[in-house]
Amino acid sequence: MNVLSLFAYLIASVLFIVGLKLMSSPDTARRGNLLGALGMLVAIVTTLTDQAIIDFTFVIIGLIVGGSIGAFLALRVQMTDMPQMVGLLNGFGGGASTLVAYAEYMRIAEGTAIGTVDGLVALVLSLLIGTVTFTGSMIAFAKLQGIMKSAPILYAFQKQINALILLAILVLGALFLIDTSQWYYLLAIIGLSAILGITSVIPIGGADMPVVISLLNSYSGMAAAATGFVLSNNVLIISGTLVGASGIILTNIMCKAMNRSLANVLFAGVGADYTAAATTETEQRTVIRYTPDDAAFMMQNAQSVIIVPGYGLAVAQAQHVLQEMVNILNQKGIQVRYAIHPVAGRMPGHMNVLLAEANAPYDILLEMDQINDDFQNTDVALVVGANDVVNPAARTKKDSPLYGMPILNVDYARTVMVLKRSLNPGFAGEDNELFYDKKTMMIFGDAKATITKLVQLMKQ
Amino acid sequence: MAESLVLSIYVFVLAIFVGFEVISKVPPLLHTPLMSGSNAISGITVVGSLIAAGEGHAGLSVILGMIAIILATVNVVGGFLVTNRMLEMFKKDTSKTRAANK
Repeated sequence: MNVLSLFAYLIASVLFIVGLKLMSSPDTARRGNLLGALGMLVAIVTTLTDQAIIDFTFVIIGLIVGGSIGAFLALRVQMTDMPQMVGLLNGFGGGASTLVAYAEYMRIAEGTAIGTVDGLVALVLSLLIGTVTFTGSMIAFAKLQGIMKSAPILYAFQKQINALILLAILVLGALFLIDTSQWYYLLAIIGLSAILGITSVIPIGGADMPVVISLLNSYSGMAAAATGFVLSNNVLIISGTLVGASGIILTNIMCKAMNRSLANVLFAGVGADYTAAATTETEQRTVIRYTPDDAAFMMQNAQSVIIVPGYGLAVAQAQHVLQEMVNILNQKGIQVRYAIHPVAGRMPGHMNVLLAEANAPYDILLEMDQINDDFQNTDVALVVGANDVVNPAARTKKDSPLYGMPILNVDYARTVMVLKRSLNPGFAGEDNELFYDKKTMMIFGDAKATITKLVQLMKQ
Repeated sequence: MAESLVLSIYVFVLAIFVGFEVISKVPPLLHTPLMSGSNAISGITVVGSLIAAGEGHAGLSVILGMIAIILATVNVVGGFLVTNRMLEMFKKDTSKTRAANK
């Protein structure tokens, strides 16, 4: 590789870093994304013009086919389906790493490339991480897309079996390093890694998907970094590591927001038995039911309203009509803001995208820490399709699975309105005290139908 | 241990710090675009696949390389485009509602 190419790769790396840095503000984020794309273009053109490539047939076919599929997916995907999309793309990145690593082994085997010990260690790691990312992401995609049931699939000795598979992979890796002509060790590693990817994602339930998607995002970066070590290519190491770090940070944020450890998310299979826990003490108590007319009256006479959206909002596809209601309230001089819990939606930040799509300006989309102290000065807190993230049991009830989870303080608002389908508990299976509070107005029904009714009433 | 490997590890470790520094400043508001955008960056594997597919000798490694190019390019093009699509939707409060708020 010539020196010019090495410098071009450096420029690409800098563009990636600056691009990610510009992601820190919504005003500059688009430019940041474009810089990232520019960096990729620089990296690709550099590789194509480097003397290593002499046959362009397959390269061009690959670029055209991949580019068309990518563009098609990106332009067609619904914003509610973003978690699946990201899951799928994670998987493709991981799959590419596996293939590149194996192709590199073939070059080493036929003498075109030199295999050093550390390069071969990286090769084994690259196959392992890449393949786990690929199959794990495909399972996550299938669960999110509804091809597979999203409920956790649990079986005996789950942890032990996964640990055993990982151990077997490491042993095979060591055997391969002793005799590198044994290519079938590598195929066995790929096969076992594929199984490991599947068995580690199937026990994870729907509500924990944000964690899994973030983690797989991190894996896809680490796979690219490992491939960088295989090829001794710094641009791969740098960009892969950036993505790996990004995924780890997001995973950590998601775990904190759910008050769970990563190990607990990965192994506990929460959500499997929540129906059993759900039936306790729900029957005896009654809630006060209100009609949309009551709600419309209350909100129009309020000075400030905070809306707490949950994934139920997106399921009901009610975000557009909700924003229409916000606009009406704004015109009447009422201050309306959204309070977004970190785990609202199916991936980090998902709810913000859904609301932005519904034309909600981003400066009224506030994160939990920014708005939590404002609830006590707020007339109406309107909860739409959210449950666990507003459950006061997280603060008080020590034996609750939610205990310790950071929640939005909606119960401090003067009036709480909850739009909900039924009294069913959330994913954690914990009954919600908030619904029985005297100042809570429960309005049952489909969120979209209810909000549409509210809009009609407010327009009068 | 080869000197080049040590240098790669230097790069790797420094990149970890840069990554944590840069990413932790991204607000939760933009976490989804961050994920899809960083996802596109992890499609950098395309560089490796180009070498594998374009080296000019027939055989399985070329085919594997081509499939790798397809997967990585889907990742790159899909990731950057969908991120751009999302970021386009993030708009500031317009003056009309701003005035009404006061």
